[in-house]
Amino acid sequence: MNVPTDRLYTPTHEWLKLEGDVATIGITDYAQSELGDIVYLDLPEPGRVLQQGSSFGTVESVKTVSDLYSPVPGEIVEINSALEGQSELVNSDPYGQGWIAKIKLSEKPENLLTPDDYKAEISK
Amino acid sequence: MADFPLIFERSVPNRRGCVPPVCDVPTKDVASLIGADNLRTEPAELPEVSELDVVRHFTNLSQRTYGIDNGFYPLGSCTMKYNPRVNEAAAANPAFASAHPFQPPKTVQGSLRVIHDLQTWMAEITGFDVATMQPPAGASGELLCLLMIRAYHLSRNDAQRTVILVPDSAHGTNPASAARAGCTVQSVKTNERGSTDLQDLKSHLGPHVAAMMLTNPNTIGLFEENILEICDLIHQAGAQVFCDGANMNALVGIARPGDMGFDCMHLNLHKTFSTPHGGGGPGCGCVAVKSHLEPFLPSPVIQKTGGEYVLDEDRPRSVGRVHTWYGNFLMNVRAWAYVRAYGAEGLSSIAKYAVLNANYVQARIRHEFPPAYDRVCMHECVLTASNQKKLGVRAFDISKRLIDYGFHPPTNYFPLIVPEALMIEPTESESKQTLDAFCDAMLKIAEEARTSPELLHSAPHNAPVGRLDEAWAAKNLDVRWKPSSKPQTVKA
Repeated sequence: MNVPTDRLYTPTHEWLKLEGDVATIGITDYAQSELGDIVYLDLPEPGRVLQQGSSFGTVESVKTVSDLYSPVPGEIVEINSALEGQSELVNSDPYGQGWIAKIKLSEKPENLLTPDDYKAEISK
Repeated sequence: MADFPLIFERSVPNRRGCVPPVCDVPTKDVASLIGADNLRTEPAELPEVSELDVVRHFTNLSQRTYGIDNGFYPLGSCTMKYNPRVNEAAAANPAFASAHPFQPPKTVQGSLRVIHDLQTWMAEITGFDVATMQPPAGASGELLCLLMIRAYHLSRNDAQRTVILVPDSAHGTNPASAARAGCTVQSVKTNERGSTDLQDLKSHLGPHVAAMMLTNPNTIGLFEENILEICDLIHQAGAQVFCDGANMNALVGIARPGDMGFDCMHLNLHKTFSTPHGGGGPGCGCVAVKSHLEPFLPSPVIQKTGGEYVLDEDRPRSVGRVHTWYGNFLMNVRAWAYVRAYGAEGLSSIAKYAVLNANYVQARIRHEFPPAYDRVCMHECVLTASNQKKLGVRAFDISKRLIDYGFHPPTNYFPLIVPEALMIEPTESESKQTLDAFCDAMLKIAEEARTSPELLHSAPHNAPVGRLDEAWAAKNLDVRWKPSSKPQTVKA
């Protein structure tokens, strides 16, 4: 299972990559593999303020509907509009074109997992 | 099914299935009867087909479907048991089938007796004080219970209770019903034995909790070992406990949720009491309650006063109706026939054989598909295809391959907390020979996963259609036939 070393993770299978005070977030390769073919994402408009760990949307696959949890506290500044018609990008490129949102940090996130921690988490 | 046209696509202009006789009574202009505004301006474009076209079309379609009358249907959490034909004979009796809801109660005493008998029996079987047969489905029964619990808290000036607890293994209907009732949902963890985690439950309890929704046996097919303590804890916190009766097939005649401490429950007659399942209904989500919730039952309540069955509509504290008339009455007739056929002592054989059959399947195939939680199961077993996943074969592939062996797939990927879940509910209806044939097929598939996984990835091979693209279907939702020759007109 692909776990890139240039970013951080959550136990709920989200990843985040920090650039300045903006975090790009998405779901992990493991998460997309467990969900199966993703058919729809229900995502909020930019401007929504989130606490770390709060649910901000859902991802629907042929198997199930799952909540998306924000790995950081802050305000959504951008949603990946490409996912509206091409939700399969989350399956094919979860760490790249399948990114989900960009969040401007309001404070420092806590208790994030390093790539090694996350690898250990999913091999339990 | 490109090779199988829709009934609309069989249409030929001016072909007719029947010719109505010439009208022999005076005619009236339809517009004068219902108003010109209500008349359509264009023909309805109904299919123009002969009677034989219709018979062949639907006969062929029916031969492509698969149900309990075709073969084994071990769909976990759904109790797809056999529906005895005697139920249908009873429901077809014109005295029941032709009764009209406008008839004065004095002229339908037999029908009212069926409802009254059944609500009395359901209360006795579940260990509650009183029951209603009005909710038309399980989800409706859940919603009714939550509305009654809400009304109960309000009647005690306890208005801040708006949180509903559900286990993380719960069926999605539970949180959906809670949301529909205007409540917020909090999830309670499952422990390593597959039961409710008591510490996590305690951490959620408080003055905002209205109720917990709990299925017993739970959605992993396991008995809630600490059910007495769970109910005590919830009651001490001032909340109510709702029992989701989806798994009553494991308990009927043996144990009663009312005795365990639950305050109310629903039952799906189409599961435990063998009324037809699927097709969107009609169903019956019977609700049974303890006496403190009785004032809130939906109106009318059917009562027996001095040898006569009456409709009590003077229910000032009722939460209101949840269905027109008295629910889906003919489902009651079927369930009545079923309960009478078994009798009080015979009913317990349902649960005994349902539990035995599930444990037999679990024991026979567990070396290939281990149980998610290693315990004696109740009426269904939740196994995992984790061994096969290491070979690149998923639960989904196994389910599709079962179709080739002539079996309906079990429920898969549910409950959500079990990876690669295969949830198998054989029901009491099946013989050892059928169970063995199913287990043999499962073991053969486990072998195929090692030797020829590609066979599983591309299954089914023997069905009318092969592997369907479910993602494409979900993304391109198009279930309406449109005449291909004409552009679609959209009215504002």
